[in-house]
Amino acid sequence: MEEKLILFKNRKRFGIEKNIDIIFKNTTLVLSSLVAIVLFGIILVVFFQSFESFSRYGLNFLVTSEWNPVKDEYGAFTAIYGTLVTSLLSLLITIPLGVGTAIFITEDFVPKFVREIVGSFVELLAAIPSVVLGLWAIFVMEPFFREFFVFLHKFFGWIPLFSSEPAGRNSLLAIIILVVMLLPIVTSIARDSLNQVPKKLRNASYGIGASRWKTIFSVILPAALSGIMAGVLLALGRAMGETMAVTMIIGNSNVFSWSLLSPGYTISSMLANQFGEADGSQVSSLFYAAFVLMILSLVVNIFAQWLVKKFSLKY
Amino acid sequence: MNSLYYQKKLSRNVGDKFFTSLSVFCALIAILPLIFVVTYILIKGGAQITPELFTLEPNPPGDDLDAGGINPALIGTLVITTIASIIAIPVGVGGGIYLAEYSKGGPFSKFIRFGVNVLAGVPSIIAGVFIYALIVSTKILFGSMYSGFAGGMALSILMLPTVIKTTDEGLKLVPNELRYASLGIGASMYTTILKITLPTAFRSIATGVVLGIARAAGETAPLIFTALFSYYYIVGFEDLFYEMGSLAVLIYNFALEPYDAQNKLAWAASFILVISILTVNIFSRIFAAFTEKTKRV
Amino acid sequence: MIKNTKKSQKKNILSLEDVSISYGTFEAVRNVFLNFKAGDITSLIGPSGCGKSTVLRALNRMNDLIPNCSLKGTVLFDGTNIYDKRVDPVEVRRRIGMVFQQPNPFPKSIYENIAFGARINGFTGDMDELVESSLRKAAVWSECKDKLNDSGYSLSGGQQQRLCIARTIAIEPEIILMDEPCSALDPISTLKIEETMHELKKNYTIIIVTHNMQQALRVSDMTAFFNAVEYEDGDGGKVGYLAEFDSTKKIFNSPKEKTTQEYISGKFG
Repeated sequence: MEEKLILFKNRKRFGIEKNIDIIFKNTTLVLSSLVAIVLFGIILVVFFQSFESFSRYGLNFLVTSEWNPVKDEYGAFTAIYGTLVTSLLSLLITIPLGVGTAIFITEDFVPKFVREIVGSFVELLAAIPSVVLGLWAIFVMEPFFREFFVFLHKFFGWIPLFSSEPAGRNSLLAIIILVVMLLPIVTSIARDSLNQVPKKLRNASYGIGASRWKTIFSVILPAALSGIMAGVLLALGRAMGETMAVTMIIGNSNVFSWSLLSPGYTISSMLANQFGEADGSQVSSLFYAAFVLMILSLVVNIFAQWLVKKFSLKY
Repeated sequence: MNSLYYQKKLSRNVGDKFFTSLSVFCALIAILPLIFVVTYILIKGGAQITPELFTLEPNPPGDDLDAGGINPALIGTLVITTIASIIAIPVGVGGGIYLAEYSKGGPFSKFIRFGVNVLAGVPSIIAGVFIYALIVSTKILFGSMYSGFAGGMALSILMLPTVIKTTDEGLKLVPNELRYASLGIGASMYTTILKITLPTAFRSIATGVVLGIARAAGETAPLIFTALFSYYYIVGFEDLFYEMGSLAVLIYNFALEPYDAQNKLAWAASFILVISILTVNIFSRIFAAFTEKTKRV
Repeated sequence: MIKNTKKSQKKNILSLEDVSISYGTFEAVRNVFLNFKAGDITSLIGPSGCGKSTVLRALNRMNDLIPNCSLKGTVLFDGTNIYDKRVDPVEVRRRIGMVFQQPNPFPKSIYENIAFGARINGFTGDMDELVESSLRKAAVWSECKDKLNDSGYSLSGGQQQRLCIARTIAIEPEIILMDEPCSALDPISTLKIEETMHELKKNYTIIIVTHNMQQALRVSDMTAFFNAVEYEDGDGGKVGYLAEFDSTKKIFNSPKEKTTQEYISGKFG
């Protein structure tokens, strides 16, 4: 062994080849560093562009809802409220639906091929572009839910969330289309987490006479919880940044309303709507809003990654 | 002693039945959207497919009689996605190679992997905002503002994390014995990577990259204020530096038009986009399943 | 004399009648007839692939968890065929508990590990007392008493396995099935578990699958030797069958079958 190594060391490599080796390594090093450069570039550029607006409005920008290019007054509360309320409510609906579907896929209520079909249908749903879902939402979903919204307002109008006459395009429609978009994320991550729960835990539970759902609720879901939580957070980040389908169906109105049946705004739909035509200090205010969106999604994403690392399954 | 027989009315059996039905119900709801969306696109979009659709320019909205075709948007999507791939694939594969082959899991690679995940979570519209600030508003590209090139760059930011991740993970699956075998006969590191490890991982990397491209082809948010939109044919190389249409932005613009003719074009464009994306997805799935099977044998 | 009459009074608690078990089209065990007596410890031994674990898992319908696993024949427990369509497998498992090859405590506290099973079985008594007595019976109380709120995974492998036995005892089953409970453990832990089994024998019927013939000899009253052969009508795969079933003494000292003799003398396995 010793001898061979010495032999190899003495064998000459061409100088060029050695250089290529070093160049190749350093090139890949630079390319991988580009990720960090782009990431910091995005944060810095968006931050500096928003500086003008930031120095003018400070944190008031976050809590005032007037957005008036004519008066040159900007506050993003309507969009921030819209972003938070649409993403959180859609998530609230998606979690049980997605986890329920994941349980369906990982349990054996039906033969395996049926479960596989359901699984791949849900994953294919993730491949449908957001803008196409928006188109579908405008022409198919909106008419479908119209009557239901009237009913909702009539009987639940006393709840602030349903207190306005239903508009043709509104926040609730945006929430529904967001559910469609988040479902594949939550389902596939919940499914992976459930699959990672060791079989021996299920055996243990069945072996002492626990029923199927007692086992799922008391043993399997708790063991998969951290993974599911991380998936939920990723979905939340996605929901906050989701642009096209929401922009097309939410109604894009800067008039603040608590009601989900009124047209609303999210940060990303505001950007999509106004960026192309904005000028002057409106541009800086849009960058400010973009910065807020970025910070929100960064925080959520980093927290999700931390959760994955911290609680990756130990048994 | 209780009887061993199944008792329907037992609370645990009632509960089990209830939750099982609930779970089946969830699964039904979960597959409904795909079925509905695809059906509508097949019906509404499929009806609009004519040869002219692929060859004509779209007419500006307002003339409700004839909307024209989507040729510029179709070509635009191909061009913009190609630009994005030309940027993102070398950078992503190169970066992935460094992470999987050279870095020894030290703080640098941990940081980059973390950065890749964070970048993957950046909202797609932010990528557009970034390129707008960097390229469009500064007119840095030969004085042009909105351009197909800028759109391609914005998309490449979205593709980059996908490509790095699939390369990194694909290479990590290559058994170390293969590397040792090559290095052990005196091959240099780059030859080993280019001739041995990369070809071995090629299938899984290619599948991931193709899926990433398919995903990028449907992205709209990064394009609406970088590539903007255009009604005109793409004829020459210089058109890269002017506004460029794409199927995705066409759908967005025309879906919001009050005219039926434009709405129909939007459906037609969706048809083409969705069918291509689903085809790519289904094929790569079958391909991946097939690869897995042959590996096992 | 007294001993003999006592023995003859032992009734069959669990009987297999012409049981064959298959995974899909692959037949794992064929035509097994076997009677387990109440209060006995019965060992199932045999070379790997003879289907002894499969048979054990069939006794409380744990095989239901394995896709495509099917059983022909009858398994009589308490006068009922547990494979009757009307039978609730959950009910079966509450009365026939199981301890597995790998220690598998729940990722909960030691206390909760025991309380969980008792609670779902509708235990209404003093939980603290039950936890203590179960842990005592499984001979793991002294190691656990000061850290009942720690995770079950804080225990050593042998202690974890005894915790799993305690968890099974806590639901007061009539029969305890053990699937190679010591195969993942060191010799000292193994001996402790064997002692535990001797204690448990007073109150429970135990059926144990073991790889270790010395263990079968040490702990069991009865021994069933399973073997696997290639059947003429098969496709080359081996099918398990019950070769011999008798008192442990007879199996180890004067087996009737030649294969049994060969197996216990270590000629194959």
